[in-house]
Amino acid sequence: MGATLELIRGVGIGRGTAVGPVVRMPDPVADPVDRPSTLTPDDERARAEEALSATAARLRARGQVAGGTAAEVLDALAMMAEDPSLADDVRTRIADGATAEYAIHAAMRSFRDVLAAMGGYLGERAGDLDDVARRAIAQLQGLPEPGVPQSSTPFILVARDLAPADTATLDLDSVLALVTTDGGPTSHTAILAREKGITAVVGASAAAELADGATVLVDAENGTVEVNPDAERIALAQQRTATLAAIRSASSGPGRLADGHAVPLLANVGSVDSAREAAARGAEGVGLFRTEVLFLGAEKAPSVDEQADTYRAVFAEFPGQKVVVRVLDAGADKPLAFLTDQGEENPALGRRGLRALQAHEQVLRDQLTALATAAAASDAEVQVMAPMVSTAEEAAYFRAIAHESSISTAGVMVEVPSAAILADHVVPEADFVSIGTNDLTQYVFAADRLLGTVAHLQDPWHPAVLRLIESVGRAGAANGVPVGICGEAAADPLLAVVLVGLGATTLSMSSTSIADVRAELAQHTLDDAQRLAAIAVAAPSAEAARRAVTDARPLNPSS
Amino acid sequence: MAERTLAVASANGLHARPAALFVKTVTDSGQTVTLTKGERSINAASILGVVSLGIEHGDHVTLAVDGDNADATLDELAAFLSTDHDA
Repeated sequence: MGATLELIRGVGIGRGTAVGPVVRMPDPVADPVDRPSTLTPDDERARAEEALSATAARLRARGQVAGGTAAEVLDALAMMAEDPSLADDVRTRIADGATAEYAIHAAMRSFRDVLAAMGGYLGERAGDLDDVARRAIAQLQGLPEPGVPQSSTPFILVARDLAPADTATLDLDSVLALVTTDGGPTSHTAILAREKGITAVVGASAAAELADGATVLVDAENGTVEVNPDAERIALAQQRTATLAAIRSASSGPGRLADGHAVPLLANVGSVDSAREAAARGAEGVGLFRTEVLFLGAEKAPSVDEQADTYRAVFAEFPGQKVVVRVLDAGADKPLAFLTDQGEENPALGRRGLRALQAHEQVLRDQLTALATAAAASDAEVQVMAPMVSTAEEAAYFRAIAHESSISTAGVMVEVPSAAILADHVVPEADFVSIGTNDLTQYVFAADRLLGTVAHLQDPWHPAVLRLIESVGRAGAANGVPVGICGEAAADPLLAVVLVGLGATTLSMSSTSIADVRAELAQHTLDDAQRLAAIAVAAPSAEAARRAVTDARPLNPSS
Repeated sequence: MAERTLAVASANGLHARPAALFVKTVTDSGQTVTLTKGERSINAASILGVVSLGIEHGDHVTLAVDGDNADATLDELAAFLSTDHDA
């Protein structure tokens, strides 16, 4: 292997290190082309039938190993492979001269389109059919079975990126670390790694050259993957991980900088269960309570009483602490039948968030009434905020309607660039603001955050995003309005320091990240955070900002 | 041939898991079963066929069973569809 392969760079998720053998996830199977078969239709038919039944058998076998809900999912996929209607369609296409590969691909595609057109839950399952087709085509061509490989010994999984379906069958106990060649810090892999506390380096394009079985040292802290590391390097990395773990376990209590400057660490939650987990992990409250999760799949809004019951259960986990509730954020990737307009061409730019609530004001008023009722019966300090606010008028509208509903603290999310650009006008119309870095990044770059091909633009370290956050921070300080951050950015410990330097007064994240962020904040003074922030906003790119801030850290355990 | 029309009880209709369980019941019976919703009839041993009907809670469907044991199978399948499997 060439010298260039000894150190591979990517974006680290978390702070862990891991050493082990590489197991590669097979590259996606290419779609077959429609060329005339050179075999007889009988031969092609036999190939197709054999491939489909072998695929079904393999899926069932995997299901038996996995057990539980994964077995049910895999069993349903096996039924699709053996489906009699599909078999009829495949036979017809082969009789018309198609190869077994193309017949299976095209037949699955036509069923897939039917499902996709039905939308909702079935539309989401349409991808399963592609998965089954790819497995059968890999079988026909003698390629390795797509999906997460099975291994009896722990390994480091190297993949392009993990799809949601892959993670369902991922046995976390056997995965030491994840390395992806594509996808950025907000990719599905990164979110999974953060949630489960798995060491990961994402977007490490040179990892495409890694061979199966090679020993690598994955260092999330430095965002590197080292090939064939020597014993000394491994010992050093493990020692550093142990030191960090010690710092982390020693840090407890409220978030604060080295100089005592308080930065409350809050949790992002979407359900009563996640609120309970967050409280157990030492969250100082909730910075983002996503209420739409409670409504997903509902044909109409739940009644005020039903809503109040759920809210009360979440508030009960945080007596005496702050709980910031985001009112319904429907639209784009989370449509709700009773709020979202059908057939928008660009739903991410459509009537979503507060825009949809303004059009259905009774839904908003009912939710605020339910929240006020639940808040009155609890000891939590309940605040509300509106998603997708674009103008000062919208901020004023929301504050007025919340105050009318007896909720005294009403803020707005800053995730549309216009709200950040006019922060000096928007901020005074709110009791607090909370910056949603995921959507803000998506809108600043005009890059769909769910689209893998533009994932490289979805990086909250980018100075284009940081400069907007800086102007919001300034407006907050000038008007005495608190500025929170909720979004994946706050979960990156070093970026969290930069955000505080830019004026963030609270940070909200998935609760698994709180310990790491708390430990990092405790190593920096406010002056230091502001110095690092200035370095980050002056950088020309996300990569340069990350590198420059890493190098400028006063206390770098790796050096 | 035995035939019956009834309303589907599952809260989320005949999607995903209930659909898979239904198809399994059909294939285990060894009988030829046709499921009809509105104008469309499909082979009930086909999960793709069943889900493509887009059957929602409360939709009326017609079951038609052909085979040696048609009446018993029809009773079993009718009972399945009249139960809420999402509860």
